Amino acid sequence: MSILVNKNTRVVVQGITGKEGSFHATQCKAYGTQVVAGVTPGKAGQEVEGIPVFNTVQDAVKKTEATTSLIFVPPPFAADAILEAAEAGIWLIICISEGIPVNDMVKVKRALHGRATRLIGPNCPGIITADECKIGIMPGFIHKKGKVGVISRSGTLTYEAVNQLTNLGLGETTCVGIGGDPIIGTGYIDLLQMFEEDPETEAVVMIGEIGGDAEEKAAAFIKEHVTKPVISFIAGITAPPGRRMGHAGAIITGGKGTAAEKMATLEAAGVRVVKNPAEIGVAVQAALGV
Amino acid sequence: MNIHEFQAKQVFAQFGIPVPKGKEIKNVRAAEKWAAALETSVYVVKAQIHAGGRGKAGGVKITKNREEVPGLAQELIGKTLVTHQTGPKGRKVRRLLIEEGAGIAKELYLSLLVDRDSGCPTFIASTEGGMDIEEVAEQTQEKVLKESIDPAVGFQAHNGRNLAFALGLPDFEPAVVKPFFQMLDNLYRLFMEKNAAMLEINPLVITTDKRLVALDGKVSFDDSALYRHPDVQKFRDLHEEDSMEIEAGKHNLNYVKLDGDIGCMVNGAGLAMATMDVIKLAGSEPANFLDVGGGATKETVAAGFRILLKDKKVKGIFINIFGGIVRCERIAHGVIEAAKEVGIKLPVVVRLQGTNAEEGRKLLAESGLKVEGVADLWEAAQRIVALRKKKK
Repeated sequence: MSILVNKNTRVVVQGITGKEGSFHATQCKAYGTQVVAGVTPGKAGQEVEGIPVFNTVQDAVKKTEATTSLIFVPPPFAADAILEAAEAGIWLIICISEGIPVNDMVKVKRALHGRATRLIGPNCPGIITADECKIGIMPGFIHKKGKVGVISRSGTLTYEAVNQLTNLGLGETTCVGIGGDPIIGTGYIDLLQMFEEDPETEAVVMIGEIGGDAEEKAAAFIKEHVTKPVISFIAGITAPPGRRMGHAGAIITGGKGTAAEKMATLEAAGVRVVKNPAEIGVAVQAALGV
Repeated sequence: MNIHEFQAKQVFAQFGIPVPKGKEIKNVRAAEKWAAALETSVYVVKAQIHAGGRGKAGGVKITKNREEVPGLAQELIGKTLVTHQTGPKGRKVRRLLIEEGAGIAKELYLSLLVDRDSGCPTFIASTEGGMDIEEVAEQTQEKVLKESIDPAVGFQAHNGRNLAFALGLPDFEPAVVKPFFQMLDNLYRLFMEKNAAMLEINPLVITTDKRLVALDGKVSFDDSALYRHPDVQKFRDLHEEDSMEIEAGKHNLNYVKLDGDIGCMVNGAGLAMATMDVIKLAGSEPANFLDVGGGATKETVAAGFRILLKDKKVKGIFINIFGGIVRCERIAHGVIEAAKEVGIKLPVVVRLQGTNAEEGRKLLAESGLKVEGVADLWEAAQRIVALRKKKK
């Protein structure tokens, strides 16, 4: 078992003929993902590594029964690409693009409200179910099927945690990068719920960072609804207030959204908070008593 | 991107939001000339820097005497203002805003930004104008009003009514209620059309002659949408930015200067923050945040080195690369070439993990450079801190 995606998930890659799109579509396919279609307007009939290209997501869905979309479209056009996928009946949209204007995302979020479509990201590494399918830009080889679910606002920091889990023999079920932007499609809470219900997931690693109050909200949810151990690292204890630390969403404003506050709130909710990012793996090991 | 108050007021005026009559002034002669032309009973001379707290720091002068305006301008131009937002070094004043004063009957607070929770543009308003809104929120949460706007339909009359009644405007001064609705509508339009990140009017005043005026104005724009607005790009003032941060931006590197002495270079923003944190845990302070991007190359590493070395406080360098798609032996090559090219004399610890990490570390070991390759994150952090202390 896993959450959201598995070896049967049929993926369409939007922006497949671009440099990033073609490279990662190929990598995903090599990992075992069923990449059944690609979309680039005006390039229907072409192929990328044997993957047929269509003009529209609608065409791709009709011909290939793709249910999930992976977006590599440049940021000015990404909001439109997300809406196009939703309109075409795509069930799960994973948007990698970084630098989408916030007000574009405000409109997208409103448009998706009340629909069955779920958005992951934007500005995220994607989602992977170890040894089954990779829908994103993460290095596949560091993942190994196992018992830990991972949710993170970051990219390479997630790989760091995953690498530790794999090296300790714990392995992962599904790893989800939720994205570093202020407005994202899916937050911690929905995923915590899914991991709580997934029989193969025994513990959850939650990687947060400064900015916003998503971690605080997650803490309240964990306290009430999550019985599995949750291990958390929050990046940015040394980050100064008022400065954006790379991610558009990683900023302490008005004294709110500090790492210290998030850590304290999570700890109070029973989450095992590690201060040293090198100790995420061993903390999970300790929590599981293995 | 932040802009100056006088620019914010230009944008307000363009969207029909009432502001005091004023002008950007760069020297004393211009101040004298403008004061002579400005018909008012009170002159306000305001230092223009990208930081709040100017009033308390002596950056705002008021006089009823026109003759005093050039003297006040003289006093402020070239002065370094230190406010709670500038840091101890302060910020040099290069321009002023000289404007008419207003008779104040009441001060309000009004701002508009995207609320991360609801994902909607949200007005924040308070009867406690002129105060630091964060302090108000901390002490009297009930005095901070919020009104989210549904982006599907935009600003609606009921949004205005909700705020106006909660602020007690109809009781205080019925004449400003309609202008207030108009102002909210205009602010929302400005916010969406120009891709603003935040609009703030503090104080928004009701004048003794029953007008509503934005006495102060603060506007910032969404960096990701600047490409759509050449007019907004023109507002950028490089004097207000750190020169190294500007340099980093030219190479598409994400750099934030900090106060410590261990320079760090990392691929990915989250890992870069975590690396700063781990340096602190190991007993030192990070000199910077530097994200060279998920796909680091030889060129980005070399550019990163140059920027780190420009900071004279840096006494050691910690490079932390998690090679995913990027192969570590390539990064190692990049580090070696860049180190030779730039001529590095400081201790450097390179932590390589992920794809071909071992080959990368081997290359570093055989390079003949004083660059150490370490596999473990915590060991690497402790190593650079130890090397830096030894050097001391």
